[in-house]
This record gives sequence, structure tokens and C-alpha cells, in this order.
Amino acid sequence: MNIFGSNNITTRFLSVWCRNWIVYLRTWKINFIPPLLEPILYVAAFGVGFRLLVPSVQFHGQEMSYVQFIAPALVAVSIMNSSFFETTYASFVRMYYQKTFDAMMSAPVSVQEVITGEIVWGATRSLMTAAVTLAVLSCFGLFPWPEAFWILPVAVLGGFAFAAIGMMFTGLIPNIELFNLPVFLFITPMFLFSGTFFSIDTLPEWAQWFALILPLTHLVNLCREICCGSVLSIGAITAGIYLVVFSAIFYPLALRTMRKRLIK
Amino acid sequence: MKNGSIIKVQDLRKVYGDTTAVDGISFKVNRGEIFGILGPNGAGKTTTIRMLYGFSPMTSGSLRVFDLDIETDWRAIRTRTGVCHQDNNLDPDLTVRENMHVFARYFAMPQKMAAERTEHLLKFIGLEQRKESKPPELSGGMMRRLILARALLNNPELIILDEPTTGLDPQSRHLVWERIGELKKTGITVLLTTHYMEEAARLCDRLIIIDYGRIITEGNPAELVKRHVGHEVIESSPVSEELCAFVKQRGLEYEVSGDRLLIYCREEDEDLFHEISHQYCRDNCALRTATLEDVFLRLTGRQLRE
Ligand SMILES: Nc1ncnc2c1ncn2[C@@H]1O[C@H](COP(=O)(O)OP(=O)(O)OP(=O)(O)O)[C@@H](O)[C@H]1O
Ligand SMILES: [Mg+2]
Repeated sequence: MNIFGSNNITTRFLSVWCRNWIVYLRTWKINFIPPLLEPILYVAAFGVGFRLLVPSVQFHGQEMSYVQFIAPALVAVSIMNSSFFETTYASFVRMYYQKTFDAMMSAPVSVQEVITGEIVWGATRSLMTAAVTLAVLSCFGLFPWPEAFWILPVAVLGGFAFAAIGMMFTGLIPNIELFNLPVFLFITPMFLFSGTFFSIDTLPEWAQWFALILPLTHLVNLCREICCGSVLSIGAITAGIYLVVFSAIFYPLALRTMRKRLIK
Repeated sequence: MKNGSIIKVQDLRKVYGDTTAVDGISFKVNRGEIFGILGPNGAGKTTTIRMLYGFSPMTSGSLRVFDLDIETDWRAIRTRTGVCHQDNNLDPDLTVRENMHVFARYFAMPQKMAAERTEHLLKFIGLEQRKESKPPELSGGMMRRLILARALLNNPELIILDEPTTGLDPQSRHLVWERIGELKKTGITVLLTTHYMEEAARLCDRLIIIDYGRIITEGNPAELVKRHVGHEVIESSPVSEELCAFVKQRGLEYEVSGDRLLIYCREEDEDLFHEISHQYCRDNCALRTATLEDVFLRLTGRQLRE
């Protein structure tokens, strides 16, 4: 329990989570608009505008419309974005401009609890966004129920993974403008090449291997398997394991980089 | 604890890369007293405070608060301590009341108790009219007062105040002084830093002046004035050659600061002012009581700190 050691995590991290939740409630109406509108825009663009270009897609031997193909990917992207942007830009503002973490650490809260609270909060954001996106897409009949319920725990897992890596970047980056770098080099390529808008099978082999390293590929796979009703398939389980391992690597790294950054 | 020391600091050092921010300081703070840390900008006050509540690890030395070890018993220490930071770190998205409630959660305080303490403290610090305002709508002084109220939320035995009155108008400053006095009466121990010598002289039972991370003097404010400056100060400006010569010839303690000559008088030098003002500087000469500010400037020099 040494303050400067690394295993200082008790349920006190929930008070940090709670702080974010209370602030979120101030502005939840605004926060709900993007996840509500975004899927509608995508469905409109790809369902209506794109229909003539790509009439149908094959996946796992199933014939489906293009919107059906991208619907689970849209959920996956929303999971990625909400937690990643929460623990990068939003956490950076709290840490650097508002000095919220300094205030917390004058109370009996450890730096590890602060960071854990932030990451779990990021995962919570993913859960809420995924729930809204899922609800909207379900209105278009794009998700099978009750299997689609599995999206929610997946959102927590995927959200945790992306929140952890986002937090790690926050621990490393000198100023807020430089978040452009991980967004440009990490988030945008994933958004495009993780089997979101086209199956990775269509990529050259080296690029397929590369895509398999990226966490979004696995999150998309997992969501798509759920969407196809095969929750306990090998593909889904492997993807789940990947995300657990990814979190197990990046969560401690996030704790480390943030501790180094905050404790001087 | 039994021997009455709330804080015991021995040879405390803090090194950042190649700057030594705190260079081996030792002091004790007794239960129930108001203890001051003074020093120019960059002297190491905030760094010392950060080590005291276990925010920064010390480079070397030993430190005990409530006779507990900060490294292992930090949670117990922070539960019994209130910290008022030098920087404003209020939550700009939350109202004054919510700021207090959220902070209470970090102490795992039951919500009902948090609500009661909040009511009480906002009244205590004169912010009960602004409960529903958000920090950006408050003036700088109100924010400082809110930070002070927040530091008292957990009913601390020890409060650490890093420049609690910087940026306050005279009214608020007097209010804060009164409140600190009241807290002392309830038995709370106070450690505070300030750049206002009047404040330190008025509030502190004992204080240290530190410079470049080292303690340069320690004691009770009045006693420090007596020891380092004397009784009274004669200020004369502009500096006249004859007066300088006179002062030197009489072997008086003096200092030249810009275009002013300061002559430090002991209690036995009663007629000195009369003599000087008649012979050397009839109109531009003043006699005043020596203050802590004289001590501070004499000991830390008059040049600016980078
Ligand atoms: N995180 C840090 N990294 C490197 N140097 C630091 C750090 N924090 C403080 N210092 C240095 O340590 C010295 C002491 O700083 P500190 O903030 O303790 O001064 P202070 O007495 O509180 O000054 P002020 O009256 O301006 O608040 C300064 O030289 C400062 O530049
Ligand atoms: Mg300071």
C-alpha cells in the first residue's frame, strides 16, 4: 500500500467515476445527440446512396445488404471513439487545465484510483454510446434480438481496451495538440482498414496480417459475429480473448505512464 | 503525537533533475499552532507541502505526520488533513455545492453528512448566496474561499494552506484571517504559506523563512523582528552622502535600497531619529516600527527571483 508503489487500487476509484458521471448528467442531452444522429446518417448514406453501387455483400456465406454489413462496424467504431476520446482529450483537459486530478489526490485517493476511475468511466461512455447506436440501428431492423444484447458487455470490454490505450497516450503526450498524432496514425487507419467498410479478406496478405494486430478489427469481428447470431463462435471467442489480453497489457501501461506524468 | 508534534520533518530534500527545490530542511509543527512557511518565489514552499501530504515522493529525509509514515499510512493522513492548493483546481462544470459534494465522495463521506458540512462551511466562508453558481462565474477571491471551504470538508485536524489569501481583496482577506483564527480555537493545526508579511505576523505562532530550499531563520514573528531588524526603522530618501557618512561613523545597521536609505534602530537608539531628522533630512525622513517585511527583505535580499 505504499503510496508511490503501484498496487493502490481499492473501490475508491468509484468516487472518481462518480465525479465524471455527475458532470456528464449536466450535459447528457448534448452528449446523446451524436450517437443518435450518426448511425442515421450512415444508414442514409450507405443504405440509400450506396445501394446501387454495392447491392449486396457476402459474409460467412450469408448474403446481406451493405448496410447490414456495416451496422456492427458502426457500433464497434462508436465504442472505440467514445472511450478513446474520453481518456485522451477529455482526461487531458481534466488533468492539465482543470487540475482535477491534483484536487483528488489531496483527498485519500491514489493516482492509480484516479486513472482507473477515468478508464472505467471511458468504458462507461462506450457502453452508453453503444446502447444508443444499437437502439437506433435496431429500429432499422439491423440487429437480431435477443442476441444483440451481447453488444453491451462487449462495449464495456472494448471500451475498457480503448480507454486504456487512450490513457496511455495521455500519459505520454506533452501537449493537447499532439493527440492528432495517435488519432491520425492509429484511430483513422483503424476506422478505414479494420474490416469496417469492407472485409479484410479483400486486402493484400501483408495488410491482412497488419489489420489483425489492430484492436478495432477484433472488436468489429466480435460485433459482426453477434450480429450474425453466432455469439459463441470461434471467431467471437478469439476476438474476445484478444481484447482481454489487449486490456491486460495497456491498462498497466496506462497506470505507469500516468503515474510518471503526475507524480513529480 | 503525545509529545505534541503533528508534523515532524527531518533533513527533507527534493531534487528535480539538476535543481534542488528543497535542500535539507527540518522543522516541527506542534498541535494547535499556526505555523508559517515564508520564502521568495521558487524557494520550495509548495514542493515541501506536496511532500507533506504524500503527493511528491521525497528524495531523502524523514517525514512524519500525526506520527504516521506518509508512504504507508498516506490514506489515514490524508483523511485527517485538508489541503488548500496554490492553484485553483475547482471543477468548472459543477456548481459550488456540487463541488463540495463531489469532493466529499473522495473521502467516502456519507451524502447526508456531506450536505450538512457543505451548508455549514459555505456559511462559514461567506458563500451561501452563491451555492448554485459555477466557479467560472465566481470572482478569484470567491474561488479561493471555496477552495478553503473544500479543504475543511473532512473535518481535518490539520489544514495545509498554500497561499490561501493570494488574490483576495482586503475584506475577504480579513474574513479568511478571522476564520483561520476561529479554526485554531477549535484545536486545528494550521500550516500556511504566504507572501503577505502582515498576514504571517498576525496569524503565525511560529514561522520559518526559507530560501533556495534552506531554512534561513525560524521563530516567533515578533521575536524575529527584534532579532534581525530591531525596534524601529528610519527611512530616508533620497540617499544623502552626509547621512551615509554619519550612519557609518556611528556604526549603525543600515541598508541602501534603490534611492532609499534604511537605518535599523535598536530600542536604546531612542533619540536617533530626532538627531537625524534635524541634521540631515528635515522633510524626507520617516520613523516607523520594524516589521516582518524588513526581516524578510534583509534575509532574502532585495533582488527579484527568476
Ligand atoms: N515539477 C517540477 N519539475 C522541476 N522543477 C520543479 C518542479 N516543481 C517545482 N520545481 C522547482 O522547484 C523550485 C521550488 O518551487 P516551489 O513551487 O516549491 O516554490 P514556491 O516556494 O512554492 O514558490 P511560489 O512562491 O512562487 O509559489 C523552483 O525552482 C521550481 O522551478
Ligand atoms: Mg508555491
